[in-house]
Amino acid sequence: MSENGQPSSGRRNILGAGAAAAALAIAPGIQLITTAGAHASGTHALASNKQRWGLLIDTSRCKTGCTECASACARENAIEPGAGRPAQNAQWLRKIELKDKVSGRELSLPMMCQHCAHPPCVDVCPTGASMQRADGIVLVDRHICIGCRYCMMACPYQARSFVHEPLHAQNPEVPRGQGCVEACTLCVQRVDRGQQPACVEACQASGGAAMVFGDLKDPGSEIAKRVASVASSQVRADLRLDPAVRYQGI
Amino acid sequence: MKRWLALLLFALLALPAAAEVPKPVIAIAKPGQCIAPVEEMRRNHMDMLRHQRDRTLRLGEREAKVSLNACIDCHASRDNGSVLGDKENFCQGCHAYAAVKLDCFECHQAKAKKTAEIKP
Repeated sequence: MSENGQPSSGRRNILGAGAAAAALAIAPGIQLITTAGAHASGTHALASNKQRWGLLIDTSRCKTGCTECASACARENAIEPGAGRPAQNAQWLRKIELKDKVSGRELSLPMMCQHCAHPPCVDVCPTGASMQRADGIVLVDRHICIGCRYCMMACPYQARSFVHEPLHAQNPEVPRGQGCVEACTLCVQRVDRGQQPACVEACQASGGAAMVFGDLKDPGSEIAKRVASVASSQVRADLRLDPAVRYQGI
Repeated sequence: MKRWLALLLFALLALPAAAEVPKPVIAIAKPGQCIAPVEEMRRNHMDMLRHQRDRTLRLGEREAKVSLNACIDCHASRDNGSVLGDKENFCQGCHAYAAVKLDCFECHQAKAKKTAEIKP
């Protein structure tokens, strides 16, 4: 700024040029995203808030005793039992069997990270390692996770695990290691390739077809249509975390 | 006394030149064109990876030019399919020579994809 409160001509020119460049990039709207995509060699778009990945689980089709989803999860993410301390085993997806004591009705369902729209694990993380992608997938950035486990305590779904032992047999696409907290990633490495999470694929392959994966924000997607037409609920909806995983028949 | 000190000093100065640490000898699986000239890679690979890791994790950029898995696919050793193991392995060899801690592989798989998939 010059003394009279006006930007000096040199600075004004620079500002003007900057504004013009910004207008060029932003004016066509989608241009900005295309540019970002082009950075990633053009064939694959970055995570965007135009999408929200979610799961719909039909508990009436989820078979008691079937653990196809949990085993597929362990295979895909190379989750192996730890060194003889079962309580410390990492658990990204677990099968839960429920029984209503009054009616005797039995129910089976997979429970994992619910990929909340307002995730408490992200709120409490002191380093910013616990984070949410633009498309709603909640992840742990192990590069900056210090292993304090606040997020494990904050999660009402007990979805997160801490890795106690050194690991060596990781899937190259799923880095994980000692001293970090981790949870279901919705198989983000597969989702980014346009595939479905491993649990959903395994459930369909086993004939259960209890799980539907898709974009909750795309009205044409199967999951959005189902969510709009059948009764489904979020676990602990009273907490108003808006989970992206919904259950039918609970 | 002065002469002894001079001798000691001479010995200390002369020794490192005589017993220089040998340069690592590395045989990689797929030699060829890297994404940047060797000098640039040697000096800047850590910054490239550090920058890209955030874009990949947080933005989901999976097909970037810089990729640790792509490093490993080319630079893994012919013998054990890994960038770690011995002084002949690409990452470990050079990091041992430069005495720089290497902690990528506390979490990342050090073996090339095809080798990692074959589990014993």
